[in-house]
Amino acid sequence: MTEEIIVHGAEWTIKELFVYPNEFIYWSIQIVMYPYMTGLVAGAFVLSSLYHVFGQKDLKEIAQFSLVFSLALLPVAALPLLLHLQQPLRAMEPLLTPHFTSAIAAFGIVFTTYALIVISEIWFVYREYFVHQLEALEGAPGFWNAQRRIAYRMMTFGARDVSEDAVRVDHKAAKILAGIGIPVACFLHGYAGFIFGSVKANALWMSPLMPVIFIMSAVVSGIALCMLTYIVIMEWTAFRRRKSNGGVSAVEIKGVEHDVIDQATKYLLGFLVAAITLELLDLIFRGYTAMKSWDILREAMFVNDFTKIFVLQYTLGNLVPLILLLLPGRTIKRTVLALLLVLFGVFMMRWNVVIGGQAFSLSFDGFMHYHIPIIPHSLETFKEGLFGALAVIATPFALFWLINKFVPSLRRDIGEA
Amino acid sequence: MSCSRRDFLKDSTGAAFVSALPLSAFTFLTTDEAKAAVGEATVRWGYLVDTTKCVGCGMCVKACKNENEIPYDAPVTRTWVERYVVTKDGKSHADSPLGGRDGFTTDKIRDEEINPADITKAYFVPKLCNQCDNPACVQVCPVGATYQTNDGVVLVDREWCIGCGYCIMACPYGVRFFHPDHKVADKCNFCYHRITKGMMPACVESCAFGARRLANLRDPDDPVTKLITTERVAVLKDEYGTKPHVFYIGLDANVR
Repeated sequence: MTEEIIVHGAEWTIKELFVYPNEFIYWSIQIVMYPYMTGLVAGAFVLSSLYHVFGQKDLKEIAQFSLVFSLALLPVAALPLLLHLQQPLRAMEPLLTPHFTSAIAAFGIVFTTYALIVISEIWFVYREYFVHQLEALEGAPGFWNAQRRIAYRMMTFGARDVSEDAVRVDHKAAKILAGIGIPVACFLHGYAGFIFGSVKANALWMSPLMPVIFIMSAVVSGIALCMLTYIVIMEWTAFRRRKSNGGVSAVEIKGVEHDVIDQATKYLLGFLVAAITLELLDLIFRGYTAMKSWDILREAMFVNDFTKIFVLQYTLGNLVPLILLLLPGRTIKRTVLALLLVLFGVFMMRWNVVIGGQAFSLSFDGFMHYHIPIIPHSLETFKEGLFGALAVIATPFALFWLINKFVPSLRRDIGEA
Repeated sequence: MSCSRRDFLKDSTGAAFVSALPLSAFTFLTTDEAKAAVGEATVRWGYLVDTTKCVGCGMCVKACKNENEIPYDAPVTRTWVERYVVTKDGKSHADSPLGGRDGFTTDKIRDEEINPADITKAYFVPKLCNQCDNPACVQVCPVGATYQTNDGVVLVDREWCIGCGYCIMACPYGVRFFHPDHKVADKCNFCYHRITKGMMPACVESCAFGARRLANLRDPDDPVTKLITTERVAVLKDEYGTKPHVFYIGLDANVR
């Protein structure tokens, strides 16, 4: 053979015992990233809606930020899917010829609806600010100011009425959109759970609890990421103030930060407990009913993947942060550690569902082991390897930096509802 | 430029309606409507595997790979043969090296030596796409690139498959894979290009022992259909509700 044969999946799959010839780990790291990133989007939005809809005043500070951050995360929810497709140039087909008996066919529609809601909510929250910016930049000298003026002019869509009545309508619209957004965000992610939960051929995935488990862990990871990013940004701001001899305002910022984080932690804990409970219920139910697949599932979970599931996910990713957050005298440092662990735990949960679901053969008589490609030597090993995953993780932060230039999510004087 | 919010919303709603208007020219057909438009077929392809006749020579796998241009040395195949060896302790040992393409030339099963005195029974089981009546793969395809013909065979449109792999995940039999050259989902289709021209599938043609046979289940006089209707046959994994249409004579409980 002169030409190299590339069989998708063969690169990173090690087979053990009796596995059908065509079985490989077809859904690899990017399909782990997909529910992870979608979960972060949905979670960030739900956090912001807790303030906008239910008037949780204590969350006001972080709500604004989460809303904008969920916009930055949004394109990244679709990116892993694109990187995973064998025919990425045909990515628009699910929108052109949707085959509605497939769960994936709805992705384009749900995703677009959700994107429109997020974008319009941000527009209503920030429209007043856009108009003020436009007015302030009127006649300002310099090339960049001219560019910014054009950008803001486009962003107002010509709606420059900033009378009290108009602004009140804006806020009302934002509130309504946030209200509609919660079920849509839950649907967006619950639906990702449905994609897995409805695969009847897969003994691990098939469970009606899957969508609910996905929503709970989504909110957990979304809140955790928002809190973490918020802490980093606030610490950085306080640090800069201190440098420029603004000691008083630095102390002020730290005080605000503590209040916000205290409040957000309560919500995080609630959702975390719900997520763990559901996951354990699913596991116990499988063991108790002990269907045909239980023998192979038990061996895959308790022997082969014991470390990944029970040590990394449940202990390090769930139990330890739960204790860290509950113990009295919580500091920002300890919170950061707990948040990092929570994010890691949710990632491991996605991993154990996606990769774990393919870790045993359809023959129920063999196993497959996944070895993630680290150093890429082809497009495929880049896309579906460590660096492809890192690219997906890095993108929302770059996008947030860009969006935040125009939509300042951390200024406390904007978007009073 | 001045434009009140009310005007803006009014105009954009109008624009959305106007641009959506051409879409109303399209109609979605339900499965039943589509079937009625195509008409009832006089053919429903089925398949009979007589495991008692299979010797595990692998000629069917070779023939299939050549006929359907599946790279010969790629570890994927549209059909394969499994070997089962059951020992006195009740354990079942199974393997399918290279899908059984080169036959089974060693007594070892995955490097495990089995004492011939311990063997209670041993047999070969050819596998291929079951051309299910309720195919999970067709249900989950997000773009309709895989579909069921009115004579029961499930096909893949290589021009339209996006390569998401959902069908591969959905198939309980593991018959689907990504074609190494075309980068789309691939599977056995009973050699549709042959059977629609009155020929036999490559695997049937190449089986010297009559272990693999094609049937038109709508034709009561078809000799293979007669066997399926009169003999005691079984199907693989019927618990998934896919209604498989590959029937087996002599299917053992140990077969996975």
